[in-house]
Amino acid sequence: MINIEIDGKKLSVEPGEMIIEVADKAGIAIPRFCYHKKLSIAANCRMCLVEVENAPKPLPACATPVGEGMKVYTQSEKTIEAQKSVMEFLLINHPLDCPICDQGGECELQDVAMGYGEGVSRFTEGKRTVKDKDIGPLIATELTRCIHCTRCVRFGEEVAGIQELGAVQRGEHMKIATYIEGSVDSELSGNVIDLCPVGALTSKPFRFSARAWEMQQRPTIAPHDGVGSHLYLHVMGNQVKRVVPREAEAINETWIADRDRYSYESLHHADRVTKPLVKQEGVWKETDWSQALEVVAKQLNIIAKNDGADQIGCLASPSATLEEHYLLQKWLRALGCQNIDHRLRKTDFRVKEQAPQSAALPCEFTDVEYYDRFLLIGSYLRKDIPMLNHRVRKAVMLGAEVSVLNPVDYDFNFDVAHALISDVRLLSTQLAGILKALSANAPLFSTLPDYLRQVSPDPAQQAVADSLKAGEKVMLFLGSLALHHPEAGLLKALAEGIAKETSGELAFLHEGANAVGARLAGAMPHVGAAGSALPTPGLDAAAMTHAPRKAYVLHQIEPEWDCAYSAQTLQALEQAEFVVALNTFQSDTMLDYADVILPAAAFTETSGTYVNLAGHWQSFEGAVVPQGEARPAWKILRVLANLHDVEGFDYTASTEVRDELKQQVEESAAQSHEVAGQTDTSSLKSYSASRDNTQQGLVRLTETPLYRTDAFVRRSPALQQTTDNQRTGVRVSRQVAEQYKLDPAHPVTLQQGDYSVSLPWQVDEALPGNHVWTAGVAGLGAPFGAIELTQGKVS
Amino acid sequence: MTAIPTNQVCFRTLGHDAPSSLATYESLGGYQVWRRILKEKTPPEEIVEVLKLSMLRGRGGAGFPTGLKWSFVPRTSPGQKYVVCNSDESEPGTFKDRDIMRYNPHQMIEGMAIAGYVMGATVGYNYMRGEFIEPFESCERALKDARESGLLGDNILGSGIDFDMHNHLGAGAYICGEETALLESLEGKKGMPRFKPPFPANYGLYGRPTNVNNTESYASVPIILEKGGQWFLDLGKPNNGGMKIFSVSGHVNKPGNYEVPLGTPFKDLLAMAGGVRDGNRLKAVIPGGSSVPVLPADIILKTDMDYDSLDKAGSMLGAGSVIVMDETTCMVKVLARIAHFYFEESCGQCTPCREGTGWLSRVIHRIEAGEGKLEYLDLLGDVSNKIMGRTICALGDAAAMPVISFIKHFREEFAYHIEHKKCLVENRS
Repeated sequence: MINIEIDGKKLSVEPGEMIIEVADKAGIAIPRFCYHKKLSIAANCRMCLVEVENAPKPLPACATPVGEGMKVYTQSEKTIEAQKSVMEFLLINHPLDCPICDQGGECELQDVAMGYGEGVSRFTEGKRTVKDKDIGPLIATELTRCIHCTRCVRFGEEVAGIQELGAVQRGEHMKIATYIEGSVDSELSGNVIDLCPVGALTSKPFRFSARAWEMQQRPTIAPHDGVGSHLYLHVMGNQVKRVVPREAEAINETWIADRDRYSYESLHHADRVTKPLVKQEGVWKETDWSQALEVVAKQLNIIAKNDGADQIGCLASPSATLEEHYLLQKWLRALGCQNIDHRLRKTDFRVKEQAPQSAALPCEFTDVEYYDRFLLIGSYLRKDIPMLNHRVRKAVMLGAEVSVLNPVDYDFNFDVAHALISDVRLLSTQLAGILKALSANAPLFSTLPDYLRQVSPDPAQQAVADSLKAGEKVMLFLGSLALHHPEAGLLKALAEGIAKETSGELAFLHEGANAVGARLAGAMPHVGAAGSALPTPGLDAAAMTHAPRKAYVLHQIEPEWDCAYSAQTLQALEQAEFVVALNTFQSDTMLDYADVILPAAAFTETSGTYVNLAGHWQSFEGAVVPQGEARPAWKILRVLANLHDVEGFDYTASTEVRDELKQQVEESAAQSHEVAGQTDTSSLKSYSASRDNTQQGLVRLTETPLYRTDAFVRRSPALQQTTDNQRTGVRVSRQVAEQYKLDPAHPVTLQQGDYSVSLPWQVDEALPGNHVWTAGVAGLGAPFGAIELTQGKVS
Repeated sequence: MTAIPTNQVCFRTLGHDAPSSLATYESLGGYQVWRRILKEKTPPEEIVEVLKLSMLRGRGGAGFPTGLKWSFVPRTSPGQKYVVCNSDESEPGTFKDRDIMRYNPHQMIEGMAIAGYVMGATVGYNYMRGEFIEPFESCERALKDARESGLLGDNILGSGIDFDMHNHLGAGAYICGEETALLESLEGKKGMPRFKPPFPANYGLYGRPTNVNNTESYASVPIILEKGGQWFLDLGKPNNGGMKIFSVSGHVNKPGNYEVPLGTPFKDLLAMAGGVRDGNRLKAVIPGGSSVPVLPADIILKTDMDYDSLDKAGSMLGAGSVIVMDETTCMVKVLARIAHFYFEESCGQCTPCREGTGWLSRVIHRIEAGEGKLEYLDLLGDVSNKIMGRTICALGDAAAMPVISFIKHFREEFAYHIEHKKCLVENRS
């Protein structure tokens, strides 16, 4: 520690820190524009110039390290003069259009100008104007207002990892632009809006809809992925007008993904259900709550009584709250129904998940940065969980090596040391090769089917093995593609084997905001809340589809998008005697299969808890009143249980639900992170029965693009217009296009068993041969199954 | 006037056949120092000491002692290090490096090779401004010849020492003459100065320790080591060792490059350049390139051409770029041209320079066009002072200093322009 003085205040500080950091910690204000604690130092705005004793010129506080005995004067005449002159320069070309600028009222330039600007300008020349750029649906530009701090440029280079904005030309002509006319497509792009100190970059969907001082700021948790980024909702009246990050160093630092920033647009979508709906003799009628709930209670009662409670199936979104998951299972289990699942896109349930784990990551998000070897198995981490990908990227910047095993050569925003791009049917073979390269006699091999026992590692697998072996801290990620894979159980066992040989750790990248919470709450057919044992297990999500039930309870899901076997699920729903959908939205499909639709409040309108992948229980309160007659889902479930005379549903607040579960979890034994070797390996040999070892014929590869993950993002217009979301339809490898002589002018017909759809197609060079990629297309069969492709002549 | 010695350092090949050829250079003792170093493995400290004694000061404009600069590079630190030659030569009025590279490229190459040896760098880059096609070709030829003669490359002449270098053409930005902007440009990035510290000696090209010197500085090194530090110091005067090339341009009868001892009186240099054209009276001189303060005739005529004397006179030696202006010169027009140059060449990074250079240029042009007001003169001074010392690199100072000095020395001429909406100088050129 060294001693310095700022404005006469004696401070003991770390050597090497910059004056501005020290001042910020001591609560001494120094104006700044280009400096941002999360970005590299540019020292270009010159606003933070301060007088330092014995320095001939004022020095930039952001770029001047403290030294022993240094005396800094932030209020001296010399300092103020320097800062005022910089402010004069900043203002000469800045348009004084604050009244029509979205940033007005929350503008750093406006704020500082109040303190350092003059009332009258000496500048009588014409002001600079810059033509606006269209950089996509998310960010509005008004580059005449730009003060060239380059925060947005540095964000792209340093955080987003993709250089989309730059400063072109020089001097007064310098402007922020995309080098080649184009959009800004990073999945973190919206952060430049918060970084921009002026109104040059603002939110396009929010534009001109409210003033900063008209809105109230209310905290919440992001509902789309397992990070659970901390958010502020900016609310005017009862409307969420926009979403910005809430600083949480351990979770999302100061950033949020675009998905979390713009999904609020869906809250006012025309599909919102605002009144309970009941179908009577094929006609939908709006009704009141008591009537609708009574219909549900009665219908479920009849089916339970006549056909048995196991004729009821419940499918819940992995992004529902912990409280909703808990109440769903508590209610249905009281009726005698164990058929409840939230793992909707999973296709392989042969290896049962053990007791629920309190986290899916072996560590905190911040700790991820300090692993030095990663193996990503079946994951486009960058688009699946952007803020977790950011941590891996930071690790790479510190020297970590990342290997990936994927069926698609995804575009990561960090250097991938070893990429195994493999036929999706051979992922387990690849992992077995890596394991064999690590240890030819690994005990796991004796439990594996023959086709994996006999592999011999190829050089690429050897290279991955060598990389992992050389690591000090190794982390393996099982991504959504691996978790949803038809050999998911095998992949998990192999990943555990590799983790064991490398002293590594395993992380599960479950989908949804509350996948860990859903497991703890018992929203699975084979374990109850807090891992409690069940007398007889129920049916998993796939089984409920393959063996149709007479009644279904659907919680915040749209099966055509959210379920692995979408067409089959819809068929099962169509044939059911009774379907109740708790949902924030309705759709034509839902109106077809459902009998009752109960309007559930949106994530902004209910209290609840999400348990993120790192195991943090993050509770939040409702920020706005539910629209129309929509009600928080936990309250709906409470009343349904009351109608069924289930004991223990006297909750008056969602926190009581949470605390009840929390106590059970604390009392239960199963609390640690799942560690290597926990998989029950006895069933692994059975995989040979289902394996197509020929790799002949086409295979379907299904992915859920990041702006299709849940009902909210699917209804957010701006997100739907992004470049990322144009990755839809059907994509085929170049090999398939040539082999089938596909005509780009016409759609292709895809067929899986009885299901077929016709869609436009395009070539994707990132795909291996024999692969047909679909973006979670409804109306087909197994997401990773064999598929036929034809192209008839369209007249 | 006694005859002034000339062309003894960087121009020593002038007057010989094929001055740029390897044969000519070697016939004059070229590469002897390099060969001796390779053979004897002269301790680098000794070489630095000779340079320190010689008082060779940076010829690019800043005048920093070269020996001292070389001692800053952490020679023994592991990893790649670089030597870079700044041949960007973009300051208006400067054209000396061009002639060194056209007529004596080998001396620069030998100087860089020695620098590489001293600093433990095995790679050198010679960064030239984009317009230097002819010097580029000359340097390319020279490099080829040097390589073919085994004077560059791996294990040079069996010494176990490696050094090779490359010529690189920029794209014509003034700012790339600033050494850190040059490094950025060399790395393939936009030429923008870096914040210092860290200095290139510790964090230079690709983040590695790097020594950057001007062409003339490197080219002075071999002959200093051949003839001794004292010999070089004695060519000039104390603290201002050696000869310096002055690029004399403007209203003289014989514009051109003159390599003369530092300390040569300006009037002698003017006489060598054939005196002021048409017998006109001298009005003012910018002695070191467009960025340094202008000096009126009465001051410059009493001044010697060396670092310390010009500093005392209120200007700077800079790159030795002497712009001579006679009585027909309109100082407002000259300043308008200079201000426009810095406005166009500001990189745009720092607020005061990006915004201030355009403001200065527009106000001066307005005065020049007869639309000025008297209060503009104070405004110009004030704006200039607010740019000075407030920016990452010296371009801000370079833009401000001419404005301050022109108004200081020629205020009445600016005032006349404003009041009469025309030039004080009749029949101005």
